[in-house]
Amino acid sequence: MNEYVTSLLGILLSALLTENFILVKFYGICPFMGVSKKIDTALGMGMAVTFVMAIASAACYAVDTLILQPLNLGYMQTVAFILVIASIVQVVEMFLKKTVPALYKALGIFLPLITTNCAVLGVALVNVQKGYDFLRSVVNGAAGGLGFTLAIVLFASVRERVNKADCPESFKGFPIALISAGLLALAFMGFSGLKIF
Amino acid sequence: MEILIAVGILGGLGLIFGLVLAAASKVFYVETDPRLDRLNECLPGANCGGCGYAGCSAYAEAVLKGEAPVGKCASGGNEAAQAMAQIMGIKAETVTRRVALVRCSGEKTYDKDGNLVSGARVKAEYEGFKDCLAASKVGGNGPLSCKFGCIGFGTCVKACKYDAIHIVNGVAKVNEDRCVGCLACAAVCPRKLIVPVEPDRNVVIACASLAKGAVTTRGCTTGCIGCGLCKKICPRDAITVERNLAVIDYSKCDNCALCATVCPKHLIKDSKVETLKDPVVEPLNGPKI
Repeated sequence: MNEYVTSLLGILLSALLTENFILVKFYGICPFMGVSKKIDTALGMGMAVTFVMAIASAACYAVDTLILQPLNLGYMQTVAFILVIASIVQVVEMFLKKTVPALYKALGIFLPLITTNCAVLGVALVNVQKGYDFLRSVVNGAAGGLGFTLAIVLFASVRERVNKADCPESFKGFPIALISAGLLALAFMGFSGLKIF
Repeated sequence: MEILIAVGILGGLGLIFGLVLAAASKVFYVETDPRLDRLNECLPGANCGGCGYAGCSAYAEAVLKGEAPVGKCASGGNEAAQAMAQIMGIKAETVTRRVALVRCSGEKTYDKDGNLVSGARVKAEYEGFKDCLAASKVGGNGPLSCKFGCIGFGTCVKACKYDAIHIVNGVAKVNEDRCVGCLACAAVCPRKLIVPVEPDRNVVIACASLAKGAVTTRGCTTGCIGCGLCKKICPRDAITVERNLAVIDYSKCDNCALCATVCPKHLIKDSKVETLKDPVVEPLNGPKI
C-alpha cells in the first residue's frame, strides 16, 4: 500500500515537473502559445485543461480496458480516444451549464477549445503505454493538467513582462514569445535529473 | 472479419455517444430568456467594461435580472438605453453622451536650442519601461517637475479600445469623435487625470495641479496657479478655487467662456480636440533616471 502511494506521488511530481506535458514533452503547444497573453485567461485555460484531462483519463481507461483490450483492438486507441474525449467534453459542458453556471462561465470558451487538444489525447495514450491502473491514470491526468497550468501561467507572466520591454523591432510579438518559450523549456529540462521512483 | 468488428465497435461507440449527447442536450437544456439576445443586440459588443461589468453580455444579463439600470452603456449612448428600455418595458431617462478629458495642458514646445518655450518642464529623462505607472514611481513622482501632470508614455493609449486617445507633444489628447466615454483610460492613469465631460462643453479646466502657485509655475508654464481671475469674472458663480485649482460647477455654467478669456495661463479652453500638430522632438539634455 505504502509503495502504491509513493508511486502515485512519483507520477504526480513527474507529470508536474520532470515530464511536464508542454515544456518537456511538447504536447498542447497551440493553447500554450495562443492563450498565454494574459495571466488570468491562462489560468482559466489551465483549470479547464486540468479538469478535462482528469475526466478524459478516467473515461479512456474505462473504454480501453472494458472494450478495446478484450477485443484486441489496441490499434484503435487513437481514434476511439478522440471520440470519447470529444463526447465527454460536450456532455460535461452541458452538465456544467445547467448545474454549475459559475464554473461554466469561468471555463467558458476554453472547454470546447480543448476538445481536440493533443495534451488531452496524449495523456490518455501515455496512460495506456505505461500500463497505469485507474487511479494512476486519473492522477497522471490531473497532474499533467496542473503541469500545463504551471507552464502556461509562468509563460503568461513572462509574456506580460516581455510585451512591455524594449526589444528589437523584428523580434516583437510572436518571435520573442517563441524564444522565451524555448528558454522556459530549457529551464524545465533542469528537472530531468529528479528521480523519485 | 476482424475489420468488421473494429468498424462495428467504433460505429457502436459513436452511436452510443451520439445518443448520450442527444439525451444530455434534452436533460441539461437551459432555458434562456429571448429578451437576452435582443438586449445583447442593442449593445456595441466591444466589451470595453465602461459599465462596470465584465463585458457586454454580462451587462445585458444584469439588466435582464433588474440588477442594473439601462443607461450604463457609454458607448451605445441614448440610443442603446432607449432600445433596452423598450425591450424591458421600462422607461429610460435620457443619457447624455460624455467623453474623456485629460486635465493637463503641459504640451511641451521647445525652441531651436532645446529650451522650453511652453508646457511642462522635464526634470530628468526617463529611460525605463515606457509605462506611466512605472515612470511615476521613480525619481520622486516621475520625470516631470509637476507631480500632477500627464507623463505621456501612453498607458491610456494602450487601454483605449476605440483608438480615441493619443499622445501629442507629450500629453494625452482625446479624439472626441471616437471617444465613447467608457473611461478605460481613466482607470489606468496613475495620475487620475482623466475625467468625463459632456462633449458640447466649451469650457474645461485642463489642469489638475493642486500645488501652490509658485510651485506650479516652476514646473509648468501652463499650470493652474489658483489666481481666481476666472472665479471673479464668472457671471453665474460657477467657478470655485479649491486647493489651488479652479473647478467648474457645470450645473451653473452656461458656456459663456468669459473665464477662458481672462485665464493668464490659457488653460481654460474649448474641450474640442485641437488639430494634431507634428510632435516636437524632445532634446536630450539634462540628467537621466
